[in-house]
Amino acid sequence: MSLDTATAIRVNDFSVKLANVNGTGSASANSLLMQAIFRMGIPVSGKNLFPSNIQGLPTWYEIRVNKTGYTARALDYDLMVAMNAQTYADDIRDVNSGGYVLYDSSWPLDEELLRDDVTFLGVPLATMCIENFVAPRERILMKNIAYAGAIVALLGIDEDIVATLLSETFARNERLRESNQKALRLGLDYAHENFTCPLPFHVEPMTATSDSILIDGNTAAALGCLYAGATVAGWYPITPATAVMDNFTKLCATYRRETIPGDSPDDPPTVRNNYLIVQAEDEIAAIGIVLGASWSGARSFTSTSGPGISLMNELLGLAYYTEIPAVVIDVQRTGPSTGMPTRTQQADILLCAYASHGDTKHILLFPKDPAESFEFAVASFDLAEHFQTPVFMLMDLDIGMNDWVVPKLTWDEGYVADRGRVLHDEDLAGMREFFRYANADADHVTARTLPGSDETGAYFIRGSGHDQYGRYTEDADAYQEVVDRLKKKHASAAAYVPAPIVERRDGATIGVITLGGCDLAVREAIDLLAQQGVVADFMRVRGFPFAPAVRAFVEQHSRTFVVEQNRDGQLRSLISIETEVPIESMTSVLAYGGFPLSAHQVVDSIITKLGK
Amino acid sequence: MPSITKPLIPLAPLPKNDLGLTIRDYEGAMSTLCAGCGHDSITAAIVHAFWELSTPPHTIAKLSGIGCSSKTPTYFVRGAHGFNSAHGRMAAIATGAYAANRELTYIGISGDGDSLSIGIGHLAHAIRRNVKMVYVIENNGVYGLTKGQLSASADIGSRPKKGDANVIAPIDPILLGLAMGATFLARSFSGDKEQLIPILKAAVAHNGLALIDVISPCVTFNDHEGSTKSYRFMREHEVKEVVTDFVPLRREIQATIPTDGTRVVPMHDGSIVRFRSVPTDYDPRNRESVESYIRDHQSRGEIVTGLLYVDESSQTLHEMGHTPLEGLNRIPVSELCPGAAALDALQEDFR
Ligand SMILES: Cc1ncc(C[n+]2csc(CCOP(=O)(O)OP(=O)(O)O)c2C)c(N)n1
Ligand code: SF4
Ligand SMILES: [Mg+2]
Repeated sequence: MSLDTATAIRVNDFSVKLANVNGTGSASANSLLMQAIFRMGIPVSGKNLFPSNIQGLPTWYEIRVNKTGYTARALDYDLMVAMNAQTYADDIRDVNSGGYVLYDSSWPLDEELLRDDVTFLGVPLATMCIENFVAPRERILMKNIAYAGAIVALLGIDEDIVATLLSETFARNERLRESNQKALRLGLDYAHENFTCPLPFHVEPMTATSDSILIDGNTAAALGCLYAGATVAGWYPITPATAVMDNFTKLCATYRRETIPGDSPDDPPTVRNNYLIVQAEDEIAAIGIVLGASWSGARSFTSTSGPGISLMNELLGLAYYTEIPAVVIDVQRTGPSTGMPTRTQQADILLCAYASHGDTKHILLFPKDPAESFEFAVASFDLAEHFQTPVFMLMDLDIGMNDWVVPKLTWDEGYVADRGRVLHDEDLAGMREFFRYANADADHVTARTLPGSDETGAYFIRGSGHDQYGRYTEDADAYQEVVDRLKKKHASAAAYVPAPIVERRDGATIGVITLGGCDLAVREAIDLLAQQGVVADFMRVRGFPFAPAVRAFVEQHSRTFVVEQNRDGQLRSLISIETEVPIESMTSVLAYGGFPLSAHQVVDSIITKLGK
Repeated sequence: MPSITKPLIPLAPLPKNDLGLTIRDYEGAMSTLCAGCGHDSITAAIVHAFWELSTPPHTIAKLSGIGCSSKTPTYFVRGAHGFNSAHGRMAAIATGAYAANRELTYIGISGDGDSLSIGIGHLAHAIRRNVKMVYVIENNGVYGLTKGQLSASADIGSRPKKGDANVIAPIDPILLGLAMGATFLARSFSGDKEQLIPILKAAVAHNGLALIDVISPCVTFNDHEGSTKSYRFMREHEVKEVVTDFVPLRREIQATIPTDGTRVVPMHDGSIVRFRSVPTDYDPRNRESVESYIRDHQSRGEIVTGLLYVDESSQTLHEMGHTPLEGLNRIPVSELCPGAAALDALQEDFR
């Protein structure tokens, strides 16, 4: 970037990277900045790139501001906030030419680290905090708010909004509120007195986010489970899924707890919880609990990540074969094994599609962001009960743990839960006999009964071979009749899962397919490609089994690219296996190092593969 | 084995229980286990217990893992819903079923392989959570279904049909239960229906997880000389000092006041368990006394049977969770969903 472009005014289009030390309290300062920009009405994203560590290792936070809404990871940074001496060298190297580095000038910067083409903005953060705060812990914590103050001035962020946010956060702690306001002021004043504020790239108010919220996917998914009427949950803690259940627990305590006053003033009130969440001994138990509860007719779910899915495999096959609903939320992280548990990936696609031994196939949903995580969580319960089978919602760490600007969530008051084909006592009353796996409907679903229903409806669920009457069998034809129906039942779900999103452009010569959280980066890439003369149609797959449109899209393009975040091109394989389009007709574009996808990665890869 | 022999025309009319049902109404499919298998005798005792208790069949949910033992729920209470699940996972599935619907009577059938090896974690945690269910371990010291490998309950020195004697210390489910905070622990012998039936009835009445370890000889793989889970060994080494009577709520509630050597434990539902002729230092509600009693006898090569421990004061999973008395599965989704206005309001926090 030439100096011209560096000094040219750029409004609401830049990115900032903050380099911190894990466990020093930087997270709240960083999200404060992001939230303030959001409240100014500007599309923004905040990506936390954190280590698997509680304290001490390097951690980064990236803020991208983009008026068009392209807020996928930027990969080039206009401002580096270098707060970790350990990583100075890399961080300073990472800034765009013509960019800026903000650092703590309480200590001199090693001459060797200096670059001619970037501007260094020294703020004596440690010195300021030592002079202004007494408690050692406060001196460390307030450094974060002080650098946030300097950034507020440098980027032209609305000071009142930031002050209001601090007051809201510390509404119930006056002392902390005052310390924070004071630290903010220290940074702000220093920047105003010593630098030209704002920098050439900065923010100006917009109204693009007035109907939006700032929410992470784990919270949104938990809200979906609450709204879908889930009452029983089984789980085992694992990053990055833990917050799904933490949030579900909190939401239940607010929306599902009734306090019943005592009969007399001496009689204490009692609580009544319309939910039961079991922190299980492992993920096998977690899915077992879900199966037991779903068998009994409650809406039940578990949330986990890849290692948990691996453990659940045996019981997922049991659920598939015995036709028990189950909702599994998989917040994917980087595998295999423990892999990089605080990094993102989309590498559980095939694991979930065919989870368990034997011939199995499951229903998968791929939300792109927290808003769809809410919506698809609700859909998961409807699908699981309609098709009496496990349903996986495949989120990832980026969607689950980062805050996203998404349209405000809405709820249709006319929502009627699809509880599937269940025969209750009144239905059984007229029946002479009930056979669990006979009399399939158009979707190849048979009616079930719930434990406790009349004796006519009593049957014996078994994972061993059974015929359509639910009886034990080792007969080849009777066995095949049931598993063949299961295959057809799975295929029927294609019409029920969220349809793929297809966007066509005039003169398109290639097709680009993607899924989940890659959405924004791929859309941006398609714009960038068009600027380079490569016109592409876009398709985002949202569910499995695939709708006919998925096959059609591949067949309509002489060349398609499948963009996903795993090493082996799992979506590409799944499309080929399931639609029978030749795998060579699709080219993989992959990023699987654990960080959220950037449009540049997609553009570079496609351009290279096209041989341009 | 009543579940196998089913005369088409009964010679005399069969007696009826309070619901007007005969014992036949509590039976299930024909057993396919080996003739003489201890598990079939346990099935018969379960049939009797539920018949005597007049439990409506459809209010029973029977679950199991995988093994010969786990096949048996098909052989009792035809009118109950059943779930033959996966090896070792029954306790987890039962926990979920109970979580969703606390209104049913749950009975889980498992084997020593199912519960003490592959599923020991789930058993331990179901005990801790005090899931209200009857949990029967049909303990034969071997893996019957996979043809006779020694299980984790095989005693040191115990010989499998083929191969060397066991050298690894066994797991005693009763001692495991004590350590896990179990609230009801009993041991019995498949060959002793007189003892097993009242224990099963007390277990059904118990407010929590009732663990019953039933020594159940495997006639095919573990009923020979050198086996400590054989019919002969049990007949020679069983010590039935902890004799129990179970007095259900509805009958003779004015049970005679116990004399010396007797302890009475009232059950949650008002029934009574009476411990007869127990040693004076034996308190069925004191973990330590139970443990030392069992260990003392063990060191003499004796197997103590009977209802060994009861604690009716602990809370169940549901009581700890403050859930409603009716099953959570009954609450309609429309009642559980907070609705559009609440969604609007709560999103103020996400601005
Ligand atoms: C995951 C898994 N591993 C192994 C098996 C094979 N298997 C079936 S039953 C059994 C052991 C059963 O022993 P136990 O629970 O003591 O029952 P028993 O047959 O003795 O009554 C084993 C190992 C299985 N079904 N599933
Ligand atoms: S193998 Fe043993 S446990 Fe299995 S049915 Fe035969 S006797 Fe019973
Ligand atoms: Mg066994």
